[in-house]
Amino acid sequence: MSLIATLARLEAVHTGRAQPAATVRHRHLSDRPLVFVPLTTAGEAGAPLGALVGTDRDAPHLLVVPQPRDRDLRFAFLAELADVVLPYIDTHADAVEAAERNETDPETGKRVKVEVELCADAPQLIVPSRAGVDYVRLLGRSMRFRRTADQDPETPYPAPPRVPLLGRWLTHFGERARVPGSSLLLAMTDVLSRHWATGQSTLEDQHLGALLAWIAPPEGETGAEAALRAELARDREGQLLWPPAGPATDPAFDNKLLAPAIDRYDRARTALAAAEDGLEADDRLGDLTAAEREIRALVESRTRPTWDAVWHGLDLLRSHLPEAGRHVEERWTRDRWSFTGHRDRVLAGEPPQPRRDDAVTAANKLSAREREQARLEAQEALDDPLVMAGRRLAGEAFAGEVTEVVMAYSEGKRPSPRPLVTVRTDDRPHLGERAKVFRSLGGKPQAAEFVGYEETLGKDGNDGENGPGGEDGGVLLVLRVLDKMGRGKEPEAGSVPEKGDRVCFTLFEHEQRGGAKLPEPEETPWTHGGPPGEQVPEAADPLTEEDVL
Amino acid sequence: MTAVFDPGAAAAQATDAILADTLHGTARGVVVDSPPGAGKSTLVVRAALELADAGRPLMIVAQTNAQVDDLVLRLAEKSPELPVGRLHSSDADPYDKALDDLPNVRKSAKAAELAGLSVVISTAAKWGHVKVDEPWRHAIVDEAYQMRSDSLLAVAGLFERALFVGDPGQLDPFATVGSEQWAGLSYDPSASAVTTLLAHNPDLPQHRLPVSWRLPASAAPLISDAFYPYTPFRSGTGHDDRRLAFAVPSDGSGPDRVIDEAAESGWGLLELPARHTPRTDPEAVRAVATVVRRLLDRGGAATSERSSDAAPLTADRIAVGTAHRDQAAAVRAALAELGVTEITVDTANRLQGREYDVTVVLHPLSGRPDATAFHLETGRLCVLASRHRHACIVVCRAGVSDLLDDYPSTEPVQLGTLVKFPDGWEANHAVLARLAEHRVAWRP
Amino acid sequence: MPLPRTRGTALRHRLAELRGPDVPAKALDARALAALAANPGCKRRAILDGAGVNKAALANALGSPSVFGQSQFAFTRGNTFEAKVKADGGAELLRLVHEKLDRTAEPPAHARVPELTATGPEGRTARTALALREATEARGEWTLFDHPMLALDVAGSPAFLEPDAVVVHPDGSWTVVEIKSFPMLDGSADPAKVGAAARQAAVYVLALERIAARLASDSAPAPRVRHRVLLVCPKDFSNLPTASAVDVRKQRAVTARQLARLTRIEDIADTLPDGTCFSPDLPAADLTTAVESVPATYAPECLSACELAFHCRARSRASGAVTSLGRSVRAELGGLTTVEDVLSAARGETGDPDDPAVAALRRAARLRAEALGVEVAACR
Repeated sequence: MSLIATLARLEAVHTGRAQPAATVRHRHLSDRPLVFVPLTTAGEAGAPLGALVGTDRDAPHLLVVPQPRDRDLRFAFLAELADVVLPYIDTHADAVEAAERNETDPETGKRVKVEVELCADAPQLIVPSRAGVDYVRLLGRSMRFRRTADQDPETPYPAPPRVPLLGRWLTHFGERARVPGSSLLLAMTDVLSRHWATGQSTLEDQHLGALLAWIAPPEGETGAEAALRAELARDREGQLLWPPAGPATDPAFDNKLLAPAIDRYDRARTALAAAEDGLEADDRLGDLTAAEREIRALVESRTRPTWDAVWHGLDLLRSHLPEAGRHVEERWTRDRWSFTGHRDRVLAGEPPQPRRDDAVTAANKLSAREREQARLEAQEALDDPLVMAGRRLAGEAFAGEVTEVVMAYSEGKRPSPRPLVTVRTDDRPHLGERAKVFRSLGGKPQAAEFVGYEETLGKDGNDGENGPGGEDGGVLLVLRVLDKMGRGKEPEAGSVPEKGDRVCFTLFEHEQRGGAKLPEPEETPWTHGGPPGEQVPEAADPLTEEDVL
Repeated sequence: MTAVFDPGAAAAQATDAILADTLHGTARGVVVDSPPGAGKSTLVVRAALELADAGRPLMIVAQTNAQVDDLVLRLAEKSPELPVGRLHSSDADPYDKALDDLPNVRKSAKAAELAGLSVVISTAAKWGHVKVDEPWRHAIVDEAYQMRSDSLLAVAGLFERALFVGDPGQLDPFATVGSEQWAGLSYDPSASAVTTLLAHNPDLPQHRLPVSWRLPASAAPLISDAFYPYTPFRSGTGHDDRRLAFAVPSDGSGPDRVIDEAAESGWGLLELPARHTPRTDPEAVRAVATVVRRLLDRGGAATSERSSDAAPLTADRIAVGTAHRDQAAAVRAALAELGVTEITVDTANRLQGREYDVTVVLHPLSGRPDATAFHLETGRLCVLASRHRHACIVVCRAGVSDLLDDYPSTEPVQLGTLVKFPDGWEANHAVLARLAEHRVAWRP
Repeated sequence: MPLPRTRGTALRHRLAELRGPDVPAKALDARALAALAANPGCKRRAILDGAGVNKAALANALGSPSVFGQSQFAFTRGNTFEAKVKADGGAELLRLVHEKLDRTAEPPAHARVPELTATGPEGRTARTALALREATEARGEWTLFDHPMLALDVAGSPAFLEPDAVVVHPDGSWTVVEIKSFPMLDGSADPAKVGAAARQAAVYVLALERIAARLASDSAPAPRVRHRVLLVCPKDFSNLPTASAVDVRKQRAVTARQLARLTRIEDIADTLPDGTCFSPDLPAADLTTAVESVPATYAPECLSACELAFHCRARSRASGAVTSLGRSVRAELGGLTTVEDVLSAARGETGDPDDPAVAALRRAARLRAEALGVEVAACR
């Protein structure tokens, strides 16, 4: 944790309220996100118990599995979920704009521009916490290899028609969420703790209720008090007043409320099956409906507070922080590309995502994510003085005032401008010999080279990383501007800082270079196991009589 | 049981076997583990020359530009006639200016312009952008344990077979984002290149260089036991082969006493009183600087097997190692205050592969309120404790042993991944226990 | 190393006093022993565990109950799964041991499953040890131990441990089997849960090694306890068992160290005031005083590892300890340990400006204020 972040947390402890960790909003928020609050059954791998889902905060869809061990009931739940999620996705898939993309021409091998469709907007899924993101991934994995009766008439326990498709989409969202800076699938706790520092640990910040309590404590209460209540307060029956954000439920809820309700449901079902005539069946159907209603009420009671909390979080993010502008928009455009790409793969009839990435795909993903991580770090710093302050403290950037500009030129046949700019700064950048530094000039990075410290230059030749070590008076450092000054002999107007200007240079690059070109999967080299061979469609998960999911 | 260990013969035998497998073997790859100072660069240069002699076009992959330039210089020194290509990036100052003085070294940013040369050398990053129609018949991959699997994936199509050389005990490669989803896969892109290579080709011949020519007899057993428990090595020299002496006698101060202890035994621990400090602990930093100043002032002379005359212990033969960059910066500033400017002060990452007569190390855990996985990483300590030919002096606050004992060990475990040995905790304790025998307590 | 007998007896007596009159010692199980490594620097936890204090009851009595509980759904599922794995004389389990750990051995067509019932934990321990000897001598055969009982000396008292299963291979070597109900999905499983299982299995390995050492004789070396244990879990979304070998050498080394260090509970006990007692029957105020008399090193990770965590967290927060925000927070604060000290140093009210921690704090405060556009008083 950087010292600036630590200070913010300590101030939060001191003031009893969360403190800003950002001055702008670094994540895109859709005007119409789909909020998803799932619950799962303890001990089972991905056996959902229920969920609230939807785009209307006042009218969520309540989906419930009254007996999570019953395959048909789980399929019914997943089919209902597909009926809510897929239409939401479809509305975004249909509205497109024209865009250009670089592709390799298969004939010539050259890079050419191709006109393609880009979805004008992308769907956005919001879950309460990081565990919710994992659950989206798990649900996706559990569904995408299912077979429907249409796909395979022979399949035992066929899945409802749109369930495998939902699995593919949830898998895509889950995978995209691993890309730094992406906003296709967000965990509310992550977004909130990116923007606020609370007076508790990052571990405790995973509790959505406690996190919100610090950010917006109720009148007359400190964040600490409110967070403690959110975490631990129980009613007389021993139930948490603020149920966990899921998908895991509180054991006390399972044991005292849910288990008896499921028992009643099971008994009512058995009784109904044993009914001997219509009249008796009607009667017992009433019992079953009542038992099911009870479970629905229980599930709603445990998800509704979290549902409201997620929307509360959205309100806070929207009302307190302006979106960071161009860079957030740019990253969202990447999310739109990602969404469009998956839409096209689905339309083209490609098989579902494999269980494991092959060597080339894994390497490509890793390098793309590292690039996105570097991009995100740079962009957040450029967008937000508070983030930049952290980089300045770490010696990775410096801000100061220009005290002198001396015109100079490069050697060679056509001398180009290489002005020397002296900057006074209180910061202590870790500048090595001839280190490159960058500043943002009209949204583009302008490079300069560190020449030395003015006060020590020539004294002992010390232009190393330590600098002159001036305590509080600041240092004067000399930079040679290298580019973005136009083609002429004289720099273009405004392209060179002037005396008195406030400037901020970073030691990190603002834009990321492309990584190494990896081979196609079918050309995987011997060091990595050779080509994976003919692509065979992934088999469905084996089904057994008492299969879960 | 052999009565006498002949390091020269053991090393030569290993080298011969490696070259035989490389030049005449049938396997597509040969892996060589090289502990600190075991002659890895010498081996690479020799293998390159023999492959070139055999008329086999060779590409060499190293990990950093400094390593590439160093290899080019070494090759040219051994064989000035050899046509060597230095493939470089299109950035400004892409290679060491010293290469401009070598008549048979051609430099270019385009691989096509270097076609036909006996040896072409570049970094893995640059090779990753090269496309060829015809692969090289042979490659040498240097520092292969510091290369990431995905980086090898990008270049492996460029060659038919390769010699992989590296030090498994140094710092592992890392990723800046999570890579858990691939943990346990044989081709986990964040793993080291050698891990992936051997997972897919378990039958490749594996060799190791058995003798460290750098580490003195006082250091090799400790470093071998602590960091290479399953692949031991020995020192190429005996206890009497190296000697460090000082013209100016000790003034009785802590720094002087620890210098004498280290000169005598090869190790010295200057222990400051226990205290929690920030990373740039001013007392520890000053202590490091003072030790260096005294090393220079006392007229040190190093005698070794290299020559019968003692070589003066000059600034270029001393280095300071730290865990963090800000610590290195603080030590440089403290040295500057004492009028010392010519000393190399760097982090473990940057000291990898370098060699000095005496090193002064600021212990990674000194003064810390807590240990972290970063500070316990074995590679870091291994690098810091294995750069010296004569003596290593560690500056540390008391209490590190307790700190280690209190370190919570609740690491997650990924199915299918190999357990990495040695464990950082064990290695740290082993080094500390040894240092404790050479402790000089000092209150600055 | 065993303590001298008289010393051991004195310690046991002292620890019984700490528990309170007539309060039985809470037996340490493998999970509790494995948890010793979670926060080995905590003296409070060391003495409470060492003395066999029921921390959950203590936490209740202190008014900060722990939140650990198990859902009956998980419990049922766990039991069903274990029964399924061991069904049919453990045929599937042995098949997995053979496939994952010992492929060169004869496949286990049939296996001995010794009867291990006996009276009391001591009796079961003796029965297990005897059966282990017989199984080891029965070369060429597979033997499955279903819930054997092992004893491990912990700070002078025996802890009784009950692994899910131990398998003796035809070559006479022993393997610990852990059966867990979290899934292995496409070959991987939750790393935190696998880690916990590995630490637990390492405790069994240690206990088995002590038994094995006692079986060594002039004519036969001690049987080998394998350092790769078998973790059995449900496969993907089914309840079919699948398994993976887990190398527990590191966990074994860690646990061995922590057990060795437990002898220091005597030193901790010596620092407690006379009459200190942790009996849950005592009034909360007395208990608070007793608990406070031994220092804790609370960190947020305790919340998922120790029953007393909420109590310790409250005390840690009340005292303004920065570590209540996380261990890593302290890294750059040097000697400053409380929220107030740090903030006042950052504001320039206290602290030595030559202390790099203080200087860095002031720089951080200044940069933060500048970025937020707020004026800071005297932050130079």
